[in-house]
Amino acid sequence: MRGLLALVAGLFASLAWAAPAVHEYQLDNGLKLIVREDHRAPVVVSQVWYKVGSSYEYDGITGISHVLEHMMFKGTKAYPAGEFSRIIADNGGRENAFTSKDYTAYFQTLEKSRLAISFELEADRMRNLVLPEDEFLKEVRVVMEERRMRTEDNPQSLTWEQFNAAAFVSSPYRTPVIGWMTDLESLHIDDLREWYRQWYAPNNATVVVAGDVDPDDVLRLARRYFGPLEPSEIAPPKPRREVRQLGIKRVQVKAPAELPFLMMGYKTPVVLSVDEAEVWEPYALEVLAGVLDGGSGARLASELVRGKAIAASAGAGYNAHDRKRNLFLLTGTPSRGHSVAELEKALREQIDRLKTEPVDDTELARVKAQLRAQKVYEQDSIFYQAMQIGVLETIGLSWRELERYHRGIQAVTPEQLMAVAKKYLIDDHLTVAELVPQPIDPAHPPRRGGGGHVR
Amino acid sequence: MSASPRKPQGNTMNRLLTLTMAAAFALLSAAAQALPDIQRWSTEKGAKVLFVAAPELPMVDIRLVFDAGGARDGDQPGVARLTSALLDQGAGGLSADEIARGLEQRGAVLGGGSERDMAWLSLRSLIDPELLEPSLGLFGKVLAHPDFPEQDFARERKRMLIGLQYEKQKPGAIAKKTFYRELYGDHPYASHPAGTEASVKALGVDDLRAFYRRYYVARNATVVIVGALDRAQAEGIASRLADSLPAGEKAPPLPPVEAATEARETFIEHPSTQSHVLMGQPGLRRKDPDYFPLYVGNHILGGSGLVSRISDEIREKRGLAYSAYSYFIPMAQQGPFMLGFQTRNDQRDEALAVLRQTLAEFVEKGPTEKELKAAKNNIVSGFPLRVASNSKISEYLAVIGFYDLPLDYLQRFTGKVEAVTVEQIRDAWQRRIHPQRMVTVVVGGALDDATP
Repeated sequence: MRGLLALVAGLFASLAWAAPAVHEYQLDNGLKLIVREDHRAPVVVSQVWYKVGSSYEYDGITGISHVLEHMMFKGTKAYPAGEFSRIIADNGGRENAFTSKDYTAYFQTLEKSRLAISFELEADRMRNLVLPEDEFLKEVRVVMEERRMRTEDNPQSLTWEQFNAAAFVSSPYRTPVIGWMTDLESLHIDDLREWYRQWYAPNNATVVVAGDVDPDDVLRLARRYFGPLEPSEIAPPKPRREVRQLGIKRVQVKAPAELPFLMMGYKTPVVLSVDEAEVWEPYALEVLAGVLDGGSGARLASELVRGKAIAASAGAGYNAHDRKRNLFLLTGTPSRGHSVAELEKALREQIDRLKTEPVDDTELARVKAQLRAQKVYEQDSIFYQAMQIGVLETIGLSWRELERYHRGIQAVTPEQLMAVAKKYLIDDHLTVAELVPQPIDPAHPPRRGGGGHVR
Repeated sequence: MSASPRKPQGNTMNRLLTLTMAAAFALLSAAAQALPDIQRWSTEKGAKVLFVAAPELPMVDIRLVFDAGGARDGDQPGVARLTSALLDQGAGGLSADEIARGLEQRGAVLGGGSERDMAWLSLRSLIDPELLEPSLGLFGKVLAHPDFPEQDFARERKRMLIGLQYEKQKPGAIAKKTFYRELYGDHPYASHPAGTEASVKALGVDDLRAFYRRYYVARNATVVIVGALDRAQAEGIASRLADSLPAGEKAPPLPPVEAATEARETFIEHPSTQSHVLMGQPGLRRKDPDYFPLYVGNHILGGSGLVSRISDEIREKRGLAYSAYSYFIPMAQQGPFMLGFQTRNDQRDEALAVLRQTLAEFVEKGPTEKELKAAKNNIVSGFPLRVASNSKISEYLAVIGFYDLPLDYLQRFTGKVEAVTVEQIRDAWQRRIHPQRMVTVVVGGALDDATP
């Protein structure tokens, strides 16, 4: 026992070593600016986060947030199509953008003296995007190719998409971030202009800067470039809560594939969906995912991949920091000689055990130790540090949640783990999807389910 | 040694796939002071050590790199990778569970893998001695005393076979495998590090033991250490790890790659909506005399994301693909020069014609002065980004050590980029890249079945 105590003390001492300074500001037009200092290398990452993503979309225009993200590189009056990327490249920068359920974000990583370039360009396209129709007509084809690459021709992605569509009824988490092909096909430039007008404004954005910078300088630059932008009226999205699930749901996905694949998801709360008194629940669910899948020594790898060797691979996942209630996920591929049904049974036995048998102290300490160390390792990447802040701010929490999260994780007890397992990991809230492989036979291509396009 | 990510991925869309593929970058005079100060020495038994002190975070990254990748498979494709996968599945009398849990309870992260040239084992740990010491003990067992238990071997071999089967449902993976096979013929780079179903089934545990004994030896190892340690501590760790291995012998040089003599095309039918197209020829060695004119030239042709020529022609101007690119993978012997894209089946001929035309024109005329200036700006001013974290520095050290590059490689990189001229690029590309002798691989649907 002494060994364990010394270990815990060691991990905490390591944490005290370096606590990066975070500074938070708000401009008069509502733009939020957060600066995280990290002086290890002469580099800065600048990210602009918008509160819009696929969970803000409604039927008929799915995928529009992501298409708009692509169009954000297609020019303003001051900087026509292609100029943004060219200027950043000329300055040695790397840039990209990403769209998710709950956010759209743009970033540049630059040598530290060049932050103003990023601010000037980002401020310009926040309000002055031109959205030319000819560029749109080409770009939406690029997005369709992206969808073919990521989803249509990838049987596991197809399964994932059908799984979400089955699991959710009234929640916008039902639709894929990239959008249904039929919606991409009918998207119009005016839809994009309206979506841009609706969401792209300083009072719907958070700028996160991390790196070798002086926060006062960053604030000055932000005032200069983003300060003059006019705010908009932003109507908050409707709640669109998921209706109560009243029984297990099962989906099969038949697609050309070599291997079966199983997905199981239980409806679970997130930090944002619970009252302060229940905020330990999402933290306990994070720890539960760690008990099952926190490394090669955790239960799924140890018992299902090795041990019984039922699974070729098996995983568990949960995210406390989504904007809306989401799923506690189990996924896996059976090993040769075992069926999907056997794998499902084995995974359910794992869930049952979490409900009936307290996780022992050593096992719990191991999960917590990993998460504590992870917190130090994360500081090796300024991009990741900025990303954590951006996500939390954009879903409607504060970057301060990060500290609360880590404290919350460390406080989770075996009793709480059992309690959340019993409360949430129940059959009536479960969706199961199975990929049923169809022969990959070029001579007999099967009818495809994913395209939605009638020839 | 594979672990599935804790959080499911794949619901984030990135605009630029090719950017993450963009290979090595470069440096700048103003940034020179920010370059890591690399210390180098050898252990008693002859392992090369590269160390960078990074005192800012209380952590350390340790990596041992061996000349023990798939290129050493000989007539047993897959043996290098399966050997690497077995190292932590039982060592020094401890089970896979005991090893994994011993590390995890201290927050340490074990990694490892095996590609064509390199095999590696890595440990990331906090530096608190209460945590680091026992983690190093376990890491040392995995490194120097793997047990290759029969039962774990049988299971991991099965999982490798499932992995091979999984690749058969991915048109992109099929294309890549076929491309290497077509490009390299009888050369060791031809076969995939994961082997084939037949070759993996034929492997026995003694084959792994023999492979391990031959290649996991001190003289065949580079030790990389980056973290909050001083030189004496780093020396202690390097000796303790590398010198627990026999001295052994360095692996002999790989045979040179034969130049392509004629164009070849391969079509593989697959029930996919897109065709995956790869084209290329043998390209660059790490120590190639034409390294810089080819590298900088490719930056302009297809290596710098959306602003490069190939992406501009195929994606920006015509909307034909999400990702269209070209790159060199510099290896011990000539790694591939690859160009590629994916597009709807009925568009593949059009896109392929554009790709060929873009390459031919670039080889014939070279870049413009303006393009070259822009490429230099990008590479030079972006250099600090390449060494901005401990993990990136570790990766560079592994490359410098493994390929025996000079210690001032990073310091001199930008100078060499700056010195490249339009004429040098044109000359090198015309000598080395032959648009009429490309290997082309297409995996996709037959045109009759293409869904528009």
